[in-house]
Amino acid sequence: MHEIETDDTPVVRMVGITKHFPGVLANNNVDLTLHRGEVLALLGENGAGKSTLMNMLVGLYRPDSGEIFINGKLAEIHSPQDSMALGIGMIHQEFMLVGNMTVAENIILGMKDLPFVPPLADIKKNITELSKHYGLQVYPDKIIQDLSVGEQQRVEILKLLYRGAEILILDEPTAVLTPGESRDLNEILKKMLAEGKSAIFITHKMDEVMEFSHTVQVLRRGTSVNVCPTSSIKRVQDLARMMVGRDILFSLDRGAYEPGEVMLEAKNLVMQSVGTNKYILDNVSFTLRGGEILGVAGVAGNGQQQLTEALTGLMHVNSGQVLIRGKDYTNKTPLQIIRSGVSHIPADRGRMGVVGDMSVGDNLSMKKYRTSELSDHSVIKRSWVRLFAERLIETFTIKTPSQDTSVKFLSGGNIQKTILAREIDSCGGILIAVYPSRGLDVGATEAVRQNLIKQRDKGNAVFLVSEELEELLMVADKVAVMFEGRIMDIVDVKDAKTEELGMLMAGVERGSI
Amino acid sequence: MRFALEKRDSKSRKMTVLVPIASLLLSFLLGAIVLTLSKANPIQTYVAMFKGAFGSQSKIQFTLVKTVPLLLCGLAVGIAFRLKFWNIGAEGQYVSGVIGITWVMQFWTFLPHWLVLPVGIVVGVLFGAIWGGIPGVLKAQWSVDETLATLMMNYIIIGYAEYLYINAWKAPRGNMGTVRYPEYAWLPRIWGRVHAGVFFALILVAILWFVLYKTRWGFELNMIGKNQKAARCQGVSIKKNIILAMLISGGIAGLAGVIDSAAVTHQLTKGVNGGYGFTGIIIAWMSGLNPIASIFVAILMAALDTGSDALQITLKLPSAMGEVLQGLILIPLLAGSIFTEYKLLVLGKHKESSK
Repeated sequence: MHEIETDDTPVVRMVGITKHFPGVLANNNVDLTLHRGEVLALLGENGAGKSTLMNMLVGLYRPDSGEIFINGKLAEIHSPQDSMALGIGMIHQEFMLVGNMTVAENIILGMKDLPFVPPLADIKKNITELSKHYGLQVYPDKIIQDLSVGEQQRVEILKLLYRGAEILILDEPTAVLTPGESRDLNEILKKMLAEGKSAIFITHKMDEVMEFSHTVQVLRRGTSVNVCPTSSIKRVQDLARMMVGRDILFSLDRGAYEPGEVMLEAKNLVMQSVGTNKYILDNVSFTLRGGEILGVAGVAGNGQQQLTEALTGLMHVNSGQVLIRGKDYTNKTPLQIIRSGVSHIPADRGRMGVVGDMSVGDNLSMKKYRTSELSDHSVIKRSWVRLFAERLIETFTIKTPSQDTSVKFLSGGNIQKTILAREIDSCGGILIAVYPSRGLDVGATEAVRQNLIKQRDKGNAVFLVSEELEELLMVADKVAVMFEGRIMDIVDVKDAKTEELGMLMAGVERGSI
Repeated sequence: MRFALEKRDSKSRKMTVLVPIASLLLSFLLGAIVLTLSKANPIQTYVAMFKGAFGSQSKIQFTLVKTVPLLLCGLAVGIAFRLKFWNIGAEGQYVSGVIGITWVMQFWTFLPHWLVLPVGIVVGVLFGAIWGGIPGVLKAQWSVDETLATLMMNYIIIGYAEYLYINAWKAPRGNMGTVRYPEYAWLPRIWGRVHAGVFFALILVAILWFVLYKTRWGFELNMIGKNQKAARCQGVSIKKNIILAMLISGGIAGLAGVIDSAAVTHQLTKGVNGGYGFTGIIIAWMSGLNPIASIFVAILMAALDTGSDALQITLKLPSAMGEVLQGLILIPLLAGSIFTEYKLLVLGKHKESSK
């Protein structure tokens, strides 16, 4: 990319930004500087604080402390309207478009200083001109839902340009694009930069950093760990190490690794999305033995969750096989798979894991209510349920006023313990856990990990999906890395190198560098 | 003074009981305003309504006769609502039931006399179940919006019923209505006008209470209604249960029609769609989908109905006033349900009293 002039005042300067969420330090004293005509790549794992930082720049959150300067002037940004007035616009991962309205209508939607009857003819003319100027090929009369994802993204870009944005923030813009569309996006960006506009680019893909950006800034756990010109980066490995970090791992007590018989096996699983035929799962195979924890690493959205839903019967695969103890369970119902001995700690604990409006006791019995342990023929025995729930609450130290309290009133950690208790208690040999420690505090996280290891030591097979490499290296025996629906590689934890895993997570093939 | 709502730590049991009662009183208060505006004395009106509903043995009997189909429709709607399946087609399922029993009464003359009523009941219930099951299948298999489907199916079956009693099944004499059911196949009376349908309703309340609160299936329905995704993760089949619940819901609404025609109207004729199915929606909501509470709500609704008929006679007020009052009951109740999960805080007065 072309050289940038650095003499003028930076267009964005964020100084000492700190932001807390309950139990989480999302940003810790972060500085960020963006110059005119510059593309800054903001790199980091999920939960590193990239989106939080940018949301403060566009007024969706307010920083707890720290200051933001726009064009050298201290700015108070309270809302997206404020940031738009300062020339800052953000394109979110989820597009903010109304599907059954036209491009032109979407572009002017929410604009303040329009007359009661907007002069649509003039607006359309302006849009067409702007679109031609940047080579966007956006037609104002098209209906949004008839457009491809790439075209919709161009509408989002045009929306910002139309409102006079000078600073564009793009949150993982290429995540939804085909390679061809990504190249087009690159061209559009170049044209805008040539006019003195600037951009911040959130990503976790290494090759994009090298391709698009002038400067790269790496966030890790809310802290900025490095800022440097992209041209100074010699090896992609350096970036990977910066992103993942090399913290000392504390070890958890665990028995020797003694893998038993194969419990769960996937053979060439393929899942395509309806309509677009995009590959969500692309030829996924693995084996999982008793007494073993297979970790699945990868940035969220690379098919991990769909893989677990295929294994648990919640989603169907197009081809391939799921074998449980050697028997075919491909596309069977969730109940059949539960009966085969599979327990499931789902990714979204509030929406999939518990029924918030039902009591702790009821939630604990949601697997076993259909067994003779809790019911006599078809009638649930309340007294048996009480004793059963009391026992689980004690064993798993669930903090709740009583077992009659609705689950939704518990803390995130205790909700997760409730799920863990139910799934582990009913586990018949295979435990599938998806992001089980996500959003939990240190204590609850440790409890979750210890319980997973306990299952492994008992000889059960554990399938653990996590976004945190550290967790996987601490808990798992083997780690499979997923990228865009494929398993890039499966490595033994004892031979695994963090940076190597980081590269695989970013889609860099082994041996290609 | 400012008010704020704070989420409670748990659902307030006290409020769950208090809110419906307070709402009822509030709706009478709102009704009083409407009555005053119509130049009627509210107290006089309410007294007249009460007397109209419970003032004599025969009036109590009238009210009870109306209670039976209302209660059954409330139970029917309540089952579907437990799954968050918005069945507003109880009216049509009721009519479907009446068509079923009328078919047996009119054409299955080969049956021995004692068998006509039982067979008629079974066929009517099946007709209702089919009419409820269709939108259930549509929803489960192709996610067809159930609100629209059940509503539209009301019009189809009501139109068909009209065709039957005006054309195809019309009795030779008169210009509408089918032949009256043979007297040996009427549902017997037990106290004045009150008929054996009361037993059907009460037994059904007991069965439903047991099934919904004590059995695995009731537990599954509860899970689906409160979090469908989580229920699916726990291995509960959503499709199967939606269809099953709608078959039962339609069947019970069909039973309401069957009983009312076997015991009261004795034919299929104009007025078969009397609105019981729609009032059933109010009953289901007000009772909190609880079958036992439905009994009391159904009596209340029936009393409002018979009571407002009396208005016309004693006070020369339009009987539509009763419908106004029925409508007014639901609004405070829905608004009031917020107090079971939130409590109202008064945040103190503003010091500045001057403007």
